[in-house]
Amino acid sequence: MKQINKPTVKKDAYALLSGQPVFTEDLALKDCLVIKILRSPHAYAKILNIDTTIAMRIPGVEAIFTYKDVPSSRFTLAGQTYPEPSPYDRKILDQIVRYVGDEVALVVACNEETALKAMKLIKVEYEVYEPLLDFRKAIDNKIIVHNEDDYKLLCEIGNERLRNICSHDVTIYNDVDEIMRTCDIVLTRTYHTKANAQAMMETMRSFAYIDTYGRLSCVSSTQVPFHIRRILSNALEIPKSKIRVIKPRIGGGFGAKQTGCCEIFAAFVTWKLKKPSKIIYSREETFTASNSRHEMQMQVTIGASKDGIIQAIDLYTLSNTGAYGEHGSTTVGLSGHKSLPLYNHIKAARFSCDVVYTNTMTAGAYRGYGATQGQFAVESIVNELADELGIDPCELRFKNMVKENETMPMYYNEFLNSCALDRCLAKAMEMIDYKNKPLRVDLGDKVRGLGVAISMQGSGIANVDIAAVEIKLQDDGFYTLAIGATDMGTGCDTVLAQMAAECLECDVDQIVTQGVDTDFSPYDTGSYASATTYVTGMSVVKACNLLKHQIIDEASVLLNVEPEHISFDGKMIIAIEDDKAISLQEFANRCFAGGKGKVLIASASHVSPTSPPPFMAGIAEVDVDKLTGKISVNDYVAVVDCGTVINTNLARIQTEGGIAQGIGMALFEDISYTPKGMMRNNSFMQYKIPTRLDVGSIRVAFESSYEDNGPFGAKSIGEVVINTPSPAIASAVAHATGTYIRTLPITPQKVLLQKDED
Amino acid sequence: MKINIRVNGKMISDDVACDMLLLDFLRYHGFYSVKRGCETSNCGLCTVWLDNKPILSCSMLCAKCDGHEITTLEGLKKDAEAFAYFMANEGAEQCGFCSPGLIMNVLAMEKELQHPTEEMIKNYLAGNLCRCTGYMGQLRAITKYLNRHQGGKNEADQ
Repeated sequence: MKQINKPTVKKDAYALLSGQPVFTEDLALKDCLVIKILRSPHAYAKILNIDTTIAMRIPGVEAIFTYKDVPSSRFTLAGQTYPEPSPYDRKILDQIVRYVGDEVALVVACNEETALKAMKLIKVEYEVYEPLLDFRKAIDNKIIVHNEDDYKLLCEIGNERLRNICSHDVTIYNDVDEIMRTCDIVLTRTYHTKANAQAMMETMRSFAYIDTYGRLSCVSSTQVPFHIRRILSNALEIPKSKIRVIKPRIGGGFGAKQTGCCEIFAAFVTWKLKKPSKIIYSREETFTASNSRHEMQMQVTIGASKDGIIQAIDLYTLSNTGAYGEHGSTTVGLSGHKSLPLYNHIKAARFSCDVVYTNTMTAGAYRGYGATQGQFAVESIVNELADELGIDPCELRFKNMVKENETMPMYYNEFLNSCALDRCLAKAMEMIDYKNKPLRVDLGDKVRGLGVAISMQGSGIANVDIAAVEIKLQDDGFYTLAIGATDMGTGCDTVLAQMAAECLECDVDQIVTQGVDTDFSPYDTGSYASATTYVTGMSVVKACNLLKHQIIDEASVLLNVEPEHISFDGKMIIAIEDDKAISLQEFANRCFAGGKGKVLIASASHVSPTSPPPFMAGIAEVDVDKLTGKISVNDYVAVVDCGTVINTNLARIQTEGGIAQGIGMALFEDISYTPKGMMRNNSFMQYKIPTRLDVGSIRVAFESSYEDNGPFGAKSIGEVVINTPSPAIASAVAHATGTYIRTLPITPQKVLLQKDED
Repeated sequence: MKINIRVNGKMISDDVACDMLLLDFLRYHGFYSVKRGCETSNCGLCTVWLDNKPILSCSMLCAKCDGHEITTLEGLKKDAEAFAYFMANEGAEQCGFCSPGLIMNVLAMEKELQHPTEEMIKNYLAGNLCRCTGYMGQLRAITKYLNRHQGGKNEADQ
């Protein structure tokens, strides 16, 4: 293969590296209206009165909108396929505010300064309610977060709104209790993962304008342009045909931008005033009023025989969706369905879950999407089991891990086509010289520990994600590839072009990838759920093969030869028997010349009936300072099975980046609230993401399997890479110090005080 | 107030509010490489040079730059391209939102530090946050860039 498994440079690399104006704010009209949001200072309150009279007198204030001005329909901001499994539980502006930061009024002015000045002059009278902040007390609490009657559900998700239950589910495989009774050892532990901010470098932002045809155009930094079109249609109560969503370059997403955010405000203001407007969230707003990872508390019971064969796992997950239910029912599902199948030989399993509402910021999608949380619990208890049994944690995994060609009862009964997890773990052990290293070494001032974890994710959502692409032959023989998947820095514009170039036997430069514009791009559910390479990739393969056939058919007309005589090598179209040949360049130009010519366009769409899991093994070597408790990750080795690696550089960077985020989750990142419900971590001062001094050395390798259902054997990589650091580091710290920290993050305080709580 | 700032060699005269930040001034005048990633001087995205020394333009009033020289990524085309080559070959730009600030600091570091060790590089650039890459690819690119004149075939060329 000429284009696959190559370190192809990203198509947008030099534009990005020379600082070209390609991001949302760079493209916004210079003198457009600026929107700022007045936000609730209360975690739970009813707006009794809003007085905007004085604020409206400030010169330059164009409008101030409150709950009285917006459509009454409820909708969800979750970027999911319709019908969304997230409740329709919010309005553009609501009379009830449900967390500190919830929107109260939109101030629209000629510039930011004026808008902020006017905002201070709005008088709001609230009836303040007691908030529900502790998600462990949410079920059947006397405080009900969603008391409204127009709350709407599109799917059966086990919702009991008046009990604060957003969703509930149970999956049972055989009789867990019975199998547990036969086990030599049964451990029960509770693990707690925190809400984490995705903290992409570009904050939330959108702008909107009315186009030539009187339609609403919204340019937004989003992972899900087509879902945003539906969300805007729902929120504004206007037909989708009136809406166009454009995605420019995105400064990172990590799932944060799989949930709609400020698009509804820019769109509403522009639609209402028929004037262009923009909204740029500050870092503080992005921290406090967008979305985060779901905080989860997981109780796990594991049963095993004394020789270390795991017999049964029982997992209960309680998840906090915050004030609104975006991605609530689906993220929690992954906490079980993408952790328990790692130990596929168990005789019985039970996974039950509740997702609850509280008066904290809405949770949403964040890389890993619940699997990260569930795997922290399951991988941690497996590590604890190994320590209890006195069996090496890697050896315990070799005894129990899922293998190729198995059916996975806890993974929707999918058949596992491709899995190199055993090779991944063996390779990771080799990379870190595991066999020659004890799990604990006393270094004098410090003590060193080793910890391991394995992981899986999916590749797209089986039978739900759909991706279409369209490829056109252009004059001189270059191609344009229109996709609806959103490159958010990950490089899918390039990866998909590599696939097209491989199919059409040309250079990647000959493929021009066109980013997303809902008017012009073929439909794609969007870039999330580790779907793009796997799902959109397959439609690229299909469409390119169709185009190749079209080229041959058309050449047979132009050259007046039988199609069977024609071969196409990417550059030349040759009919050897007839002694005829034409270059692709000349052919393409003749296609455009009228007469016998024909414009060649091929399109295809793809849905996968399965979601083949990528796998990964990670081993952390961690030093703990005896005096200060400071934890530093010295060395992190990771080996990934993402099927065929399409772009060797980008796959490696994805892995290193995911591990760094995972290290942040394990060691520092912790969204917390004051007793009144105000988020404490509203800036990079209080919410620390890893700097380059915090990540030690991250070493990555690949052990590929071949996935028959994927393009060129590929599976996904984007999410699986964030999952191993938390359990591996927790175990390494436990080996070093003797203290198992089960509540993330693992801080020096917790380690020194041996206190596993906040 | 009236100020005169030389940006990338060209004089800009403007009448600005006394509390206007250099970051906003630069973006207003079309230097879009300069990005804002926070409000607390933590992220390094808005790094530019003031009289050839790297500063955070979010923490500098443009009034204080009156009579001084500012350099943004747009003004460093040739040097930046040389480094960009190594970044691109590692795929280390990813979303690219933090790249301009990082490049400004890497080029400043090159002038300031002689043969920096890996530790010195990490410390110099500690204020440039990146959420995509895990920093490893950036470090590979920086190391190869700094060693580019030392004979031998570069890995990035392969």
